[in-house]
Amino acid sequence: MMASASDELWILGIHMTKFGKHPDADLVDLASEAVKGALADGGVAMKDMGVIGAGNLMAANAGIGQQLQKQLGQTGIPVYNVANACATGATALRVAAMAVKAGECDMGLAFGVEKLSGAGLLSGGSRKSDANTWSPSGRYGAVAPVDGRIGTEIMPGVFAQIGMEYGHKYGGTSFELFAKISEKNHSHSTLNPKAAYTKKMTLEEIMGDVMIAYPNTRPMCSANCDGAAAAVVVSGAKLKTLSREQQRRAVKISASILTTDPWEESCQVLPDVNTLTRNAANQAYEQAGVGPSDLNLVELHDCFATAELVHYDNLMLCEQGGAVDFFNSGATWRDGSTPVNVSGGLESKGHPIAATGIANVWEVATHLRGEAGDRQIQGARVGLTHVIGLGSACGVHILEKSAA
Amino acid sequence: MAKQIPLVDYLELGGDPHLVAHECTSCGARFFDRRNACASCEGIEFKEAAIATTGEVRAFTIVAFAAPGVPVPYVAALIDCEGTSVRANLINVVPDPEHVTLGMKVRLATEVIGTDEEGTEAVGFGFEPLGGSA
Repeated sequence: MMASASDELWILGIHMTKFGKHPDADLVDLASEAVKGALADGGVAMKDMGVIGAGNLMAANAGIGQQLQKQLGQTGIPVYNVANACATGATALRVAAMAVKAGECDMGLAFGVEKLSGAGLLSGGSRKSDANTWSPSGRYGAVAPVDGRIGTEIMPGVFAQIGMEYGHKYGGTSFELFAKISEKNHSHSTLNPKAAYTKKMTLEEIMGDVMIAYPNTRPMCSANCDGAAAAVVVSGAKLKTLSREQQRRAVKISASILTTDPWEESCQVLPDVNTLTRNAANQAYEQAGVGPSDLNLVELHDCFATAELVHYDNLMLCEQGGAVDFFNSGATWRDGSTPVNVSGGLESKGHPIAATGIANVWEVATHLRGEAGDRQIQGARVGLTHVIGLGSACGVHILEKSAA
Repeated sequence: MAKQIPLVDYLELGGDPHLVAHECTSCGARFFDRRNACASCEGIEFKEAAIATTGEVRAFTIVAFAAPGVPVPYVAALIDCEGTSVRANLINVVPDPEHVTLGMKVRLATEVIGTDEEGTEAVGFGFEPLGGSA
């Protein structure tokens, strides 16, 4: 079972469930569907796996990895149950990748699963009546809840400010501009049968929808839904021993990076999602030996329309400060020079948190394999995936088509 | 006058209400929460630093949909107080994008958020447009 340290990492098999409402499937059912799909896609079985990176956020103390083993195969291998906010899936994939790269095993499994249908705001606690007598508590010595009294803790509001801050710094943003980004992603989703929502929306419909936190209306927010995704990682040496068909469909992981937010002046006041993304992208481009202009498609973390804009810049898809012009040029539409979120993104494909950081790898891998059907980006050879978990963690993967 | 207590311990009440940060004595990083060490340089010594009471809105959102019990709409903002970033609500302003703008100049203002059964008032803070309500 022991392998030697591996310089090359490949995705051998990968799968995602349809995102959406799955009222009759529990977490283990969804995870099982994704894992069985990934194993079958790679032509391997649980007995071939040397490690499992298991991601679930909302029930992070429940040991989802072992729960899955109890259904699909108790082979005794190490399980790492991980929780890293919206970067949970990417973190699970990193765990499998690190184990294979370190030579602890030659094949590893990663999966992420979440059930979020019907969930509302995921942060910003409901405010109960204040205490009978004021008593300071917590790290700010607060005598009463501060969400809504000292700024906002709700994600649509936090990410709204992140987009607005970019607009203040560089200019050119508006409610309409952010809504147009959402219009693009909803348009893209019409071609993705695995998306939770596949309805095209006009700019007027998006801007006229329910306001959540200006400038983000409801369709400009990521969609809570159920879903799972799983991937099998294999070393380059092991892949060479597998069939020609397995080698042909394997997708190279040219870079696998995870960063956290380094200290910046305002980072404890408004989360800084920029610096850690830029750092992750820089490391990823260097590790992969590719640049932003080599990317045929990008799946980035559009948890809100306001977030997508800043990540054009953070991932260096455009010049610094140039994200508005870059978007307005049409570059990020599926027929543009750097298609972004051709899956429909989190705003329409959906965002079952722990699944997201593997589902975006599935999307890119499917294009690199030439298996994306109606939404295929023709001739795709290199793609990038990105997730942000607030708190913060950033996962970036660069994937390349097999030369075999 | 009723006895008062600040909503958070970094709000200094009295004749000239202002915010106070823990400033790292080695690198100057400022923090509003209780510290174990400096996240910027690992320093362990801090001094109290008074924060400017005027600033500029660097980012804002108008929250229209919040958790149960939180009154909406409200304006949440990131304010640059002469180099120190502060999180706060914008108050004494009409909460719509015609009246709240990026770059607008604001100043600290306090408001009573409630009175407990011992008659003590909790006092919160926000920032209001300079030169009166916009």
